[in-house]
Amino acid sequence: MSKRSDMTETKNWSGQTLVTADHMLFEAPRTKHFMTGSEVLKEAVKRCTVDASVSYPITPQSEAAHLIGELWAEGYVGVYFRGENEFGVMSEVAGCAMAGARTITTTSGPGTLRAMENFAQWSGTRIPCQLILMARGINSPLTIQPDNLEVSYMLETGCQIWYAENVQELFDMSIAAFVVAEKPDVHVPIITVVDGFFVSHTRESVMLPEDDIALFPYDPYKSPLPPIDSETPPGRFLRDPFVMKSNYISYATHASWQWEIRSAVERSVPYAKHFLKGLVHVTGDADAEIAFIACGTASYQAKEANRELTKLGIKTKVIKLRTIRPFPEAELLEALKGVKTAFVPEFNVVGWLAKEVRGALYGKSETEIVGGPRVAGGMSMPAEAILREVMEKINSGKGA
Amino acid sequence: MGTNIYKINPEFRDIMPKEIIDLEENATWAENTDKRGIKELPETKELLEEHSLCAGCPEAAALRYVLAALPKPEDTVIVNSTGCTSLMFPHIALHTVHSLFGNQNAVATGIKRVLDWRFPDIEKDVVVLAGDGATVDIGLDYTLQSFFRQENITTICFDNEVYANTGGQESGSTPKGQVFKMAPTGKKFEKVKMWELAVTSGCHYSMNMTASAPKAVAKAVREAIFVARYVGPTFLNIYTPCILEIGLSANEGLREMKEQDKERFAAFKYVSPEAEELLAKLKEEGRL
Repeated sequence: MSKRSDMTETKNWSGQTLVTADHMLFEAPRTKHFMTGSEVLKEAVKRCTVDASVSYPITPQSEAAHLIGELWAEGYVGVYFRGENEFGVMSEVAGCAMAGARTITTTSGPGTLRAMENFAQWSGTRIPCQLILMARGINSPLTIQPDNLEVSYMLETGCQIWYAENVQELFDMSIAAFVVAEKPDVHVPIITVVDGFFVSHTRESVMLPEDDIALFPYDPYKSPLPPIDSETPPGRFLRDPFVMKSNYISYATHASWQWEIRSAVERSVPYAKHFLKGLVHVTGDADAEIAFIACGTASYQAKEANRELTKLGIKTKVIKLRTIRPFPEAELLEALKGVKTAFVPEFNVVGWLAKEVRGALYGKSETEIVGGPRVAGGMSMPAEAILREVMEKINSGKGA
Repeated sequence: MGTNIYKINPEFRDIMPKEIIDLEENATWAENTDKRGIKELPETKELLEEHSLCAGCPEAAALRYVLAALPKPEDTVIVNSTGCTSLMFPHIALHTVHSLFGNQNAVATGIKRVLDWRFPDIEKDVVVLAGDGATVDIGLDYTLQSFFRQENITTICFDNEVYANTGGQESGSTPKGQVFKMAPTGKKFEKVKMWELAVTSGCHYSMNMTASAPKAVAKAVREAIFVARYVGPTFLNIYTPCILEIGLSANEGLREMKEQDKERFAAFKYVSPEAEELLAKLKEEGRL
């Protein structure tokens, strides 16, 4: 086990050289590796000078959580233990982060729902912790299959939500996520989502910087709220909480606090743009009249459909949303210029992303939004399913 | 950092409220550790400013005893839960947390572990203070799990045997047969003996008592915090009746507690051999 006091100006407690996120993500030389999403998350955490991680087993994220445990045993992570259930874990994460730790945890589907009360508490206390959400279905009936319905429950928690498409993106995003969440003018939790199994368990080639470098540590004294460590005078947040039956309560205080959390999420935009190189990534034909709006592995399948449709002489483009909160409305509008029809392929039955897109575009865009195709409960989304949706639309009545 | 954080910037001294100046000038901290205790309550600035609980509420008195007994208040974090106690926490001059209802021992676990990681050379005490609903019902899992894990935390339950803040509903701590809201024909099962569960679950120091004797409360708090700091989890169950919900007047709380000293809250004290050894050593050193 390491000691935090072993850290110097240039090295962290495990002896890694401290570097900026820009160096880590854009400048450091990289070499090719072949690993799963869970394994790459371990590599990301290893390079992030992480103070604390709390774990609980659930399919499919357990492997990532126990690999972080190995990092702790190897001296890279300061505090690590298994909590009693996801509600407990998310509360323990809150305690770790309140006490001034850079903190990460992971969960999935039913675990997310069990812990739900905590996520609003996280953003309300302005802790910059990171949750890796490896999305899977929600019971009942019992399922352990990939499905991202759970993300819809997270949309209004006040947390930032980023969505990685593949193993490489999971690595880069989970590093950038700490840095953006910890910006003093942002300082709200961040949820980095990947599609369970499709990313967590699939081995892909991935480019990684060497593991002898790591991010500069988190400085809790730059937090907009003082850390709970008895090293600063007790903050007014603690002494004047707003939902108390005392004579200085103000309903307006609670309301403005809630607005401020959402504003903080919006203030992450320039940082997220920098580290993610844009909140949306557009591929395919720039002048296409048909587009796919997607996140996660659905965008990979949309790109596959784009290739097939190109062979048929049909121009399309894929607009991959990399952040869901903040919702990249301006970038989406820009990308939809000239697009007549946009399809939203999703891994859930409710079409939460289509709703998000429609809500953001209402009155601002002429593009017709088609919510589909949708698969769920562990189904894969073959490119043919997307092709069929497109062909039925443009070739109505004549079949795919 | 110790008490330096309570030193007022001279530039702002003239605009500081009196209670903040009092805190700097007339509160006792660890350097006065022998003086700290019940006897200082009338003479020094208390860490609890005016509170918003009912007149004569025994819980308010018990909190004053607890705060007066903290061995090292300037390095103590108190984790609270939802309930009447949460109405007093905003008035405490220490770092306190109100997170959710029932998750207090989980939050305290995270805080304690990280404080030990960040400040290996400073003794930082983490104390959980919550009501019986938070400790015994909704938060039971997290309370017991923190005992199982041997967290170095002191857990204090202000047991008023009822959900008082929500208007008087039965809790797990309510005695059998008692009529409360949600138990219109009387509670059907026995009061949960949390102090016994604490022993079974790994606490090194567990007490059941009332807050009728201030010195006894202060002694228990001090011992429990020292044992938590150096040995393992500790638990105090302290009867602080809700005079409102059991139909007593503002001046009848003390009598009620004294009566219960012989009944449901007859003294129970468990000290593990390791804790026994520590307390004997501390006594020898004059720290108790």
